[in-house]
Order: sequence, then C-alpha cells, then structure tokens
Amino acid sequence: MSDLVLLLVTGVGLGALYFIAASGLSLIYGLMGVLNFAHGVFMTAGAYAAWLTMGALPGTWPMAGRLVIGVLVAVAVGAVVGLVVEVLLIRPLYRHHIQQVLVTVGLSLAGVAAAQGIWGADPRSVDKPAWMSGTTELLGARLPNDRFVYLLVALGLFAGLLALLHLTRLGLVIRAGVENRTMVEALGIDVHRTFTVVFALGGAAAGLAGVLHSQYAGAVSPAQGGSLLIFAFIVVVIGGMGSLTGTAVAAVVVGLVQQLANYYAASGVGDLSVVLLLALVLLLRPTSLKGATA
Amino acid sequence: MTSPTDHLAHTHTPSVTDADGDLATAARTAPGQERRPRGRRLLRALPAVIGLAVLAYLPYLPVELPGVLPGRVNAPGSMQLLATCLVIGGIALSYDVLFGRTGLLSFGHALFVAAGSYLLTISLSTWALPLPLAVLVALVLSTALALVVGGIALRVGGIAFAMVTLAFAQAASIIVMRNPGGVTGGEEGRPLDRDAVPDLLVGVANAPYRYWLALAFLVLAWVVVTLLVRSRAGHAMAAVRENEQRAAVLGFGTYRVKLLAVVVGSFLGALGGVVHALVLGGSNPHLTTSEFTLSLLVMVVLGGAGHRWGAVIGGVLYTYADARLVEVSNAAWLENLPDVVGQVLSQPLFILGSFFVVVVYFAPSGLTGLGGRLIRRSGTR
Repeated sequence: MSDLVLLLVTGVGLGALYFIAASGLSLIYGLMGVLNFAHGVFMTAGAYAAWLTMGALPGTWPMAGRLVIGVLVAVAVGAVVGLVVEVLLIRPLYRHHIQQVLVTVGLSLAGVAAAQGIWGADPRSVDKPAWMSGTTELLGARLPNDRFVYLLVALGLFAGLLALLHLTRLGLVIRAGVENRTMVEALGIDVHRTFTVVFALGGAAAGLAGVLHSQYAGAVSPAQGGSLLIFAFIVVVIGGMGSLTGTAVAAVVVGLVQQLANYYAASGVGDLSVVLLLALVLLLRPTSLKGATA
Repeated sequence: MTSPTDHLAHTHTPSVTDADGDLATAARTAPGQERRPRGRRLLRALPAVIGLAVLAYLPYLPVELPGVLPGRVNAPGSMQLLATCLVIGGIALSYDVLFGRTGLLSFGHALFVAAGSYLLTISLSTWALPLPLAVLVALVLSTALALVVGGIALRVGGIAFAMVTLAFAQAASIIVMRNPGGVTGGEEGRPLDRDAVPDLLVGVANAPYRYWLALAFLVLAWVVVTLLVRSRAGHAMAAVRENEQRAAVLGFGTYRVKLLAVVVGSFLGALGGVVHALVLGGSNPHLTTSEFTLSLLVMVVLGGAGHRWGAVIGGVLYTYADARLVEVSNAAWLENLPDVVGQVLSQPLFILGSFFVVVVYFAPSGLTGLGGRLIRRSGTR
C-alpha cells in the first residue's frame, strides 16, 4: 500500500513536471502550428540562468529564497528568449511551417552546443533547499517533498493559463486563433502580436520547467532540455495538440505509467511503455492528434 | 494545419507547374523512358563519371593538402575521414527519399540506420553468423521494422508523423542505452567482431579498402534513388510531396506511396548503417539518438532537399565540417576575442547550427540550389 502511494505521488509529481514543459509547447503548436524544437533550449536557458543566479547570490541567504529568485530569473530569461526568437526568427517565416521547424532545429543544435562550449558538457550540481530534499510521512509512505512543489507549481500554472484563456481578451483571441486563425485575421485582429505573447508565455513556462527539472535531477547539463523535450512532445501528442486540459491529463497519465512500469516491471521499461502508450493512442484514435480547441 | 509540402511549394518556385509536369510525365510516358537524345544523356552523365573516377583514384594520391585534410590524401587518417563523409552522405541521401522526394518530415530515420548497424554487429558477435548472412539478417529485419513503424506512423500526417517517428526512435535509443542482456553494449557501443570480417576491412593500413566500400555504398544508394525517382513510383512520390490531396484525387494510393518511400529510405539507411559499422569498426549509440536524425535533416536541407546532388553534398560537407571545424578554435585571429566567443566557436555544432539557420533563410533550396542559381541553371532535378 505504502509503495503504491509513493508511486502515485512521484508519478503525479513527474507528470506535473511534464505538464509545465508541455504546456508552452501545446499553446504554441495550437495557435501557430509551430513545432518548437527550440523549447529544449528555452528550458536549458532557464536552468542555467537559475543556476548562475543562485551561485551569484550571497551564500548566507536562505536556500529557499535564492531558489525563488532563481526561478523568477529563469522565467524572465525564458520569456525574453522566446520573445526574441519569435520576433527575429519565427515571424519572418510566417506560414512556412516546415521552415519554422527547421529554424528551431538549428537553434536547438546551436543552443546546446553553445551551452556545452561555455559551461562544459558535464552536469554541474545544483543546490537544493533542505526541505525539498526531505520527505513527509503520509499514509505510511515517505514522500519526497519536492514532488509536492512541482505539483503545486503545475496546478498554479494550469489554473493561471485556464484563467488567461477564458477570462481575458487575449485568451479569447488565442482560443479563437486556435479554432480558426484566418477568420480571426479577417475580423481585423492583430494575430501577430498574440503570437509574440504566446511565444513569450511558452518561453516563460519552459524556463520554469528548466529550473524545476534541474532541481529534480539535482544538476544542470546542456543536454537536459532535450531529454525532457521528448517526453513533452509525447505528452502533447497524446493530449491532443493545442488542448491545455488534454495536455494536463496526458502529462499525469504519462508520469504515472512511467513510474508504475519502472517499479513493477523493470527499470527502464517505464520510458518504453510511454512510447507504447503513444502508439496505442495513435492506433485507436488517430483523429485526436489533428488538434483540438484550447 | 499545413502539410509538410508547404515549404517545398515555396522553395521550388515553379512548384505548381512542376507537379503538373511530374503527373503528366507519369501519365504519358512509360517509366525510365526519356525523350532526350542519347548523346546529351551521355554528356550529362560525364561529370558524374569523372567525379567518381577521381574519388576512386584518391587512395593512390600521395599529395598533402595543408589545412584541408589531416595528412596526405592517401594517409589512413584522411582515408578514414573521407570514408565517414561518404557513408554519411549516402545515409543523408536515404533520408532525402523521405524528406526531399516525398515530403515526409520524419524524425525517426536514425532508428533504421542504427538498426542496420547494431543488427550487423550483434549477428556477427552474439549470434556468430558469417558476414554475408549477418548483412542479410540486418537488412531484412531493418526493412521489416520500417514496414511496421511506417505502417503505424503513417496513420497521421504532417507534424504528428514527425512526432510519432521521433517517439519510436527514442524508444529504440532507450533500449540500446539500457543494454538488455549485454547485446548492445550500452553507452560504450558494440565493437565489430574483427575475426568475422575479411582482413581487408580491418586495420589501419587497410583504410583505402574501407574508403572504397563507403564509395561503393554511396554509388549504389545514388543509383537506387535515381532509378526510383525516375520510375512511376517516384513520380507518385513527387505528386504526394507537391499536393497530397490532388495526388489522392488523381487515384494514387497515397498511403502506399508514402509507405514505399519509408521502406526504401529505411532499407538504404539500414545498408548505410551496416557500412557505417564496417567502416568505423562498430556500432555507436550516437547513431540511435534524435540528434543524429536532426543532423540528417540539417544535411539534407543544407545541401538542397529533393535535388539530385543536394543530400550527398550536404552529408559530406556536414560530416567534414563537424570533424574539421575543431581546428577553428586554434585559429590565431580568435586570440583577440573574448573567451566566451572562443568557447562557443570551438563547438562545431554551434557553427553548423547557426549556418543552417542562415541557409534556411537565404538559400531555402540549399547549397546546390544556390549553386544552380548562380550558374543560371535552375531546376536541377
């Protein structure tokens, strides 16, 4: 029983991480049709920004305070990187979807290489607040505290994005844009500005995902963003591209499947079963992948 | 959502007439029959024959090319580098069957290359098969894998196809890294069983033979792709690339056409994996990574997707640059620049990635397209 509780909580915690990484991807894809391979670089940028910030702040400050500042810096850096990439590289290629993908592929290669050149290919260890490394006793299981942090952050992000989509004018434009972009343009709304905002939002979420993933792994490394990105892609595909709720459900399912299979089958089976899940979803419901409403 | 043909419609300026031409040719003329005079056809083939002769002669050329190659042209180091370039050029060509010729954006091509490579080393070492049988096993199993994966992934199109192929390749990468039963060797890779391979392909001194093997693979891949492109199936692929709906309306079974492209591309890719393992003396887990597929994509676009020489030139140049750009970090003019610039420029992938972005912007039909424009000869296809 306690094992199961532990697995469920860690699985949901992992799913929360996947959701944070995938939400920006899903929004960008749903609205703009851009498969953003540079999302991994946004995450890496966020992770390194937080790592540098936390290293630069005086060591006498409480760890949690430094982490919060690091997270804020990472979110800001992610948003700025997303903004710059959209304005400089994605916007001129408007309507050329494959070329947009190619540009983000080039960015992802160059970004990882740049990080590798500056900070080296080896993982650098990241400080973690003592409380987050500890455990809490619940229902007979010793649960790692950091999973609760990821879950809370993911819930906050989910609620925030839902509120943004459903309560604001910007959200209305985004939802309408996902549904039918041409129509929105025909109505005289500047969709381009919305694109920039969505890219910055996605970048901010990616920066957040980058920091939390580096906390999860206990280290930053140039290749980290890429490995999380693959699972984010899978989550986005299973959840139905462009659908935020679908992404959230898929993220939790993927996290749970991965943890349970890793424990009950063998280590490493979890990653495989996620891919099998994807193939299964694809065979049973190929239409769900063609995009949905936000 | 737009189909993957989107960019091609923009890169090939006369794309609409192009597709019409392809469809019309497919309808009117029998496969392989060209109405060009025989003499002109021979003349057109002349540069290729001369180039091939020069390449085949390189192992006899004891010339130093300072800065271009690490030693004499026929020194083992240079031969090995050139052989790797040629193999990767052929593998890039196999990826072009999917991307450039059929408009399928696959992110899982590495899966089939790795399958060829690993199945060869595993069947030689673990199953102790003789070399010809091992090659056969590797090719047959990889092609069967391509049928299954392609059959599933082609149920969706466009970007979703890209993601699904990526997921399958990732699964393979995970399996290889986990090293089940010790057959894949995990991060170390699997070395080639030297006793099972003819002596001519083993050892530093025999680098020219591996070079010729690589060259032979490249020529074979090029001939197969050229024949395929000229065949009826090749015209159907071009039709699917230019406008899949129209091709379907015209009565092509687009699913079957796309599956054929996946299977042929994967077969050539697996053959490339086999040759790669023989040339480099083993299977490397880098072949399974999504990074490798991405680099194939970069090669094809750099060279010019769907062009006669594009993928080969892109693959060769990319591999060469990746191996040689490290020299840039030792260049004297870098000393005056800040450290960070030097650190970043010492990464070949940074230079290649940035150059790739530039090419996507300013030369969307790739280097061969650019060259074709420069010598006022558009439409190299």
